[in-house]
Amino acid sequence: MRFILRRLGFYLIAFWASITLNFLLPRFMPGDPVSRMFARSQDRMQPEQIEALRKLLGVDDRPIWEQYVDYLHNVFTGQMGVSISRFPTPVTEVISSQIGWTLLLGGTALVIAAVVGNLLGILAAWRRGGAIDSALPPVLVFIGSFPYFWLAMGALYLFGVVLGWFPIRHAFTDGLEPAFTWEFIGDVGAHLVLPALTIVLVSIGGWMLGMRNTMIATNSEDYITMAEAKGLRPSRIMLRYAARNAMLPSVTSFGMGLGFVVGGALLTEVVFAYPGVGYQLLNAVQGLDYPLMQGLFLTITAAVLLANFLVDILYVRLDPRVRSN
Amino acid sequence: MTTALLKQPTSTPAVRKPNRSFVHGLLSNKKALTGLAVMVIFIALALLAPVLFPGDPSRITAMASMEPSAEHWLGTTAKGQDVLALTLHGSRSSLFVGLTVGLASTFIGILVGLASAYFGKFIDEALSLVTNVFLLLPGLPLLVILAAFLPPGLGTVILVLVVTGWAGSARVLRSQALSIRSKDFVAAAVVSGERAGRIMFREILPNMASIVMGTLLACVIYGIGAQAGLEFLGLGDVSTVSWGNNLFWAGNEGALLTGSWWVFVPSGVCIALVAFALALINYAVDEVTNPRLRKIKTPQATPVKTERSAAK
Repeated sequence: MRFILRRLGFYLIAFWASITLNFLLPRFMPGDPVSRMFARSQDRMQPEQIEALRKLLGVDDRPIWEQYVDYLHNVFTGQMGVSISRFPTPVTEVISSQIGWTLLLGGTALVIAAVVGNLLGILAAWRRGGAIDSALPPVLVFIGSFPYFWLAMGALYLFGVVLGWFPIRHAFTDGLEPAFTWEFIGDVGAHLVLPALTIVLVSIGGWMLGMRNTMIATNSEDYITMAEAKGLRPSRIMLRYAARNAMLPSVTSFGMGLGFVVGGALLTEVVFAYPGVGYQLLNAVQGLDYPLMQGLFLTITAAVLLANFLVDILYVRLDPRVRSN
Repeated sequence: MTTALLKQPTSTPAVRKPNRSFVHGLLSNKKALTGLAVMVIFIALALLAPVLFPGDPSRITAMASMEPSAEHWLGTTAKGQDVLALTLHGSRSSLFVGLTVGLASTFIGILVGLASAYFGKFIDEALSLVTNVFLLLPGLPLLVILAAFLPPGLGTVILVLVVTGWAGSARVLRSQALSIRSKDFVAAAVVSGERAGRIMFREILPNMASIVMGTLLACVIYGIGAQAGLEFLGLGDVSTVSWGNNLFWAGNEGALLTGSWWVFVPSGVCIALVAFALALINYAVDEVTNPRLRKIKTPQATPVKTERSAAK
């Protein structure tokens, strides 16, 4: 319990830090980007909306601490202002309409990469020096050295443009009504293949090597020798004895991976014009849409922190050593 | 690895000897040699770029979107620029930024790690807290936000990459410094009244040379990749020629959709080759300094490295 509370305190501090960063950035940056934004979009907005945005982004004359208190209050009550590029939709509405796509893309890719990567790592460590162990790691490390977005571009070119097997843009075909029909789900699935595949390709090496290295350490433990002496089936020793005890670092990576899901799919989403939060973040940056940018960054940070906290709770459940401390 | 070093007398000049065997081990390691060879070629090409392709590489020299030919080995872009010239000139900015970011992040990492380990208690708590917060904040979105608010330019790119990149190296170096901090020779140095700075930089630091080197390589890889990503998103300095900007323009001019694969392949392959070469050197450093990894001839990463790659 104390462990959980300490972690919770840490995540709150981290969240506070990102809010404060968000607060300070538009206020202390040279060149006054916010005024530029207002100059561009003044005529479309109501006076009171301009007033609210001015407060949010710090273009007012009140003392800085007063602005800060106000800002914190706004964030915790979910008042993030209206989006400039998608005027007059509130920022929160824009974000909630898009986070689902990011979760779908990132979640699918993460689960596939983690499951396949860990299984490969288990096999590689179990048959050390075997085919999987000697051939795959160099290949995966090599693939992992390519820039992430470049692989995505390559996949888009090869499978999307040249071969034409998969659609290359957006999350579903234009004009198709989102509904729970087989047609729509199949369409979404087809649009998901290429972006998810590239994420899996790049991240699978990390999972495999991580699992392999921890499992090599567990393989030399006494309880493995004991299990072998008892005459248990090798597959049982591999999965229930060695792999199970080597899982913990992978669980931690999974938590970090969840954070990556929300924030890190940005480049993939941009290449495939996939309508998730990362793609929207870049659009917001290009459209000088500062309220949306801030809202997206806070949402992404909050998601990352929440994911890590959930993994911590899971950790307590999995690792008795944490509980006894 | 530390135990091997510790068998030497602990006065500072003694560090020389293991260093020489370290260099020797590195030069007789196949992975290290391959990696070093690739790096030497790239650095040479980067230095020679103004000689091989004099003048502004982004000037228009030929017809648009030509396939690779004898005249233009890698074809031309949709604007009619020579892709080979762009790629060679691009290596200058990419390698420079990568190296600068790597050195700066590692330097901050060393300072934070050593201070954490040596002073302990409150300072360690505070520094670790800051490090962990930076590790947890989502890197890429933070990059994008910072780049959006700061004025565009090469300095901004470097600053932003260091801000998002130092925390990983600080954590790795801290844990290594902590384990050395608890050794007897450090305690002896403390008792004999050496100054804090001397203990940190002359006693502890030389004993973690190999992990510093590994961290530096990882940071350079990060710097090159992250710069490319940032520039690909159009958030770098669009006026300079670099691998990331080449890819940005390739995407912008629709090289993918028109089938001009020769425009986006070279820069991407270059980034991958450099990253792979640096990774090979990194593995070699591990193998040379960690006897446990040397026995079986398979590439291997230490848990430290996996932690870093997962963190990205």
